[in-house]
Amino acid sequence: MSEFTISRRTMLAGSALLLASTAMPTIGWAQTPKKGGRLVVAADSEPRNLNPAIVASNGVFFISSKIVETLAEASFDGKDGLDPRLALSWEGDADGLSVTFKLREGVKWHDGKPFTSADVAFSALQVWKPLQNLGRTVFKDLEAVDTPDEATAVFKFAKPTPFQLIRNALPALTSVVPKHIYETGKIEDNPANNAPVGTGPFKFAEYKPGEYYRLEKNTDYWGKDQPYLDEIIYQVLPDRTSAASALEAEEIQLAAFSAVPLADLDRISKVPGLKVITKGYEALTYQLIVEINHRRKELADLKVRQAIAHAIDKDFVVKTVFLGYAATATGPVPKNDPQFYTADVPTYDFDVAKANALLDEAGYSRGDDGKRFSLKLLPAPYFNETKQFGDYLRQALAAIGIDAQLVNNDSAAHIKAVYTDHAFDLAVGPPVFRGDPAISTTILVQSGIPDGVPFSNQGGYKNAELDALIAKASETLDTAARTELYKEFQRKVAADLPLINVAEWSFISVARDTVKNIANNPRWAVSNWADTWLEA
Amino acid sequence: MWVLSFGYESSFAPPSVLPDISPTRGVPNAAPKTWLSCQCCAMTRALILLRRRLVGSIFVLLIVVVGTFLLLEAAPGDAVDAYIVSTGGDAGMIELLRHRWGLDQSELTRLANYLWALLHLDLGQSVTFSRPIRDVILERLPTTLLLMGSATALSFGLGSALGIYAGARPGSFRDRFLSIGSLALYAVPGFWLGLVLIIVFAVDLRWFPIGGIESIASGKTGLDRAADIARHLVLPVSALGFIYLALYLRMMRAGMAEVWRQDFVLAARARGLSRQRIVLAHVARNALLPLVTMLGLQSAQMLGGSVVIESVFSVPGLGRLAQEAVAARDTPLLLGIILVSAVLVVIVNLLVDIAYAFLDPRVGASEAGA
Repeated sequence: MSEFTISRRTMLAGSALLLASTAMPTIGWAQTPKKGGRLVVAADSEPRNLNPAIVASNGVFFISSKIVETLAEASFDGKDGLDPRLALSWEGDADGLSVTFKLREGVKWHDGKPFTSADVAFSALQVWKPLQNLGRTVFKDLEAVDTPDEATAVFKFAKPTPFQLIRNALPALTSVVPKHIYETGKIEDNPANNAPVGTGPFKFAEYKPGEYYRLEKNTDYWGKDQPYLDEIIYQVLPDRTSAASALEAEEIQLAAFSAVPLADLDRISKVPGLKVITKGYEALTYQLIVEINHRRKELADLKVRQAIAHAIDKDFVVKTVFLGYAATATGPVPKNDPQFYTADVPTYDFDVAKANALLDEAGYSRGDDGKRFSLKLLPAPYFNETKQFGDYLRQALAAIGIDAQLVNNDSAAHIKAVYTDHAFDLAVGPPVFRGDPAISTTILVQSGIPDGVPFSNQGGYKNAELDALIAKASETLDTAARTELYKEFQRKVAADLPLINVAEWSFISVARDTVKNIANNPRWAVSNWADTWLEA
Repeated sequence: MWVLSFGYESSFAPPSVLPDISPTRGVPNAAPKTWLSCQCCAMTRALILLRRRLVGSIFVLLIVVVGTFLLLEAAPGDAVDAYIVSTGGDAGMIELLRHRWGLDQSELTRLANYLWALLHLDLGQSVTFSRPIRDVILERLPTTLLLMGSATALSFGLGSALGIYAGARPGSFRDRFLSIGSLALYAVPGFWLGLVLIIVFAVDLRWFPIGGIESIASGKTGLDRAADIARHLVLPVSALGFIYLALYLRMMRAGMAEVWRQDFVLAARARGLSRQRIVLAHVARNALLPLVTMLGLQSAQMLGGSVVIESVFSVPGLGRLAQEAVAARDTPLLLGIILVSAVLVVIVNLLVDIAYAFLDPRVGASEAGA
């Protein structure tokens, strides 16, 4: 029964994708892009380091992906879900020890110097591998980058590294920075980290702290006729309500990354000239999870974890907390992932009676006050939705006799409490799915991670079988076999519940009608916007 | 709380100043003359006061610095914890960051280093901005001063003017109306007033910009730029100023109601002085003194209020910087901001004291005589 629903849903999603891909060219054909104009965008934070090669995070990409390009970008219809950028093609050897990139020729850095394979080699070995938050994991076995000519870079790995992983890492992890600017002095202290130089369609022009970032058109860009916009301004709007007002007052034309709160979307979608867009974040899925501290005696009992899973009404969460802008989750890989997701996992339907029965079975009967035991619940403060879900979870647990005490912290305090001090029983977390389980979801399950590593398994969970599975998948070269291992991983996680996956969601953009070519790839908000244009 | 203290404040300060001034028969400008004749001794008193206050201020600032440092250290999580929220990272990277930012040293070492650098007038390096803190603060200070100064001027100027208007006839309809109206404004949370102003005047009417301090990359210079900044300041200054308006209004009004009962007012009336003259030159002038005290106290409150208003109106000022510094656990930056704010408050209060020395002959008189 449930399988039928899910396959129908997958089919629907598939046909929606098809529809979208056929609709897209029509839109492009009907209107010829206009050149010129200034696009003003809301920015809610000011990253301290704008170098995406060092800090691979959405906050940094939002601004610097227009300036510094990666080897490839995510795509709705390209081969392997990729579109070429600085690399034209990529080929992995069967032994998993080398990957060959053919690079785009005739590309110039913003300062006029030519882009060559030496820049790629430098970025990979000096920046991604030793310094980048994610690259340190993916490129840990990268030994050398050979550059037989200026347009070829061959990555050499010391240990077999799955080509599928490298491919999936291309859009986020491979920002190429200029060797001639970074080779002198310490890379972390280079002034270009705050005024990036790249090959992208826009050049970094100006930053006024607390006010705005200004990017201007790169007239030497390799893309034909691109970019269309003359300028992009990121206006810093720290208050949650100001993005919506600024859109209405026509002071900005675009608010991405859900800068407009969900509760305002209904109202703002009725304002003439504004549209709400849910596409363009498919590859930036966030997972709403309940992190569990297995050091706690009660929570180490599988029956208790199952009871908690049965106590959560996922549909209610999607409808009430996310106002419908989310999907219920079945396991550690989100449903919208095109490569790894499987629906064939144990599921936990909303059933309070069953949850109560499981707890009775486990030996935690209700006391005179109706409570079985109490625990500390720490919702992550980074999103409104994680805080609201914390409130919901407290009530849901009360219904099965578990008394949850909410502990609200700010971001720094939450990180310290959960991932360093382990001072939690349950925590609500929003980890990101990065398109490959090796660089996302597995870290929440795997054991042996040192204290203090954020968004990782700090709940003391240890399962030798799962650890072995994760280790095996990380060195399996065959794509089909590797995918199958991660499907097995999903089944095992859903069965043993080291954590509980509740929902999956992504961001919403609100834009003026005049902004064209929005949301045309799965990482649109953090892609280069070379084809975005403004209708006069 | 403030409202309760009005009666007390106004009952002790002004009346005792009065008797020497008002009976000077037939000389309308009697009051300034009496003060003028004592100009030189007022100056000495002011200098003595200045010396005494400066010594005291250093201790105040030291307590502020150490206290803030300890408070922020007591907050769970450090700058690295705050940073990795948006990046993630492995154990090696986190260790590297802690080392680079000097967070692997003990609290005492860091406090000692900070104080030592401070002794050399060095505010240190911000971990959030990777820039000298002095530069970061100097960049934002003018904006906050402009915002705070304009808002203080608005609340003091308009507040005392309306206070005089209300206090001219205590108990009248206009008095009741203004008192209740201003109290209602005072009860409104600052961010809410800000949001309402934005929705009405920026979104619906579009008379003023929604936020920021000036138009983005507009290339305006000179008077054009000044006008542009002024246009951007209208809403935040109103939001900040209107809230504190009530304080000055109520204080002025209460002070005047008190003075009306004094004998010299009766005398002035008996002399046949016009009502306007009695209100302005005798009653209002004597009720003004406690407002000056309030001005000093208020300058500190305004800095707090600007945190909220600066966020709502996206004004790049010190208040917002302070909030960001706390969230990022950037201890040296927050210390720098608090230090600069404390210096500001000390300076304003010094000015108030000096003004007092000129206005009230009793202030500092004991030392001058000794």
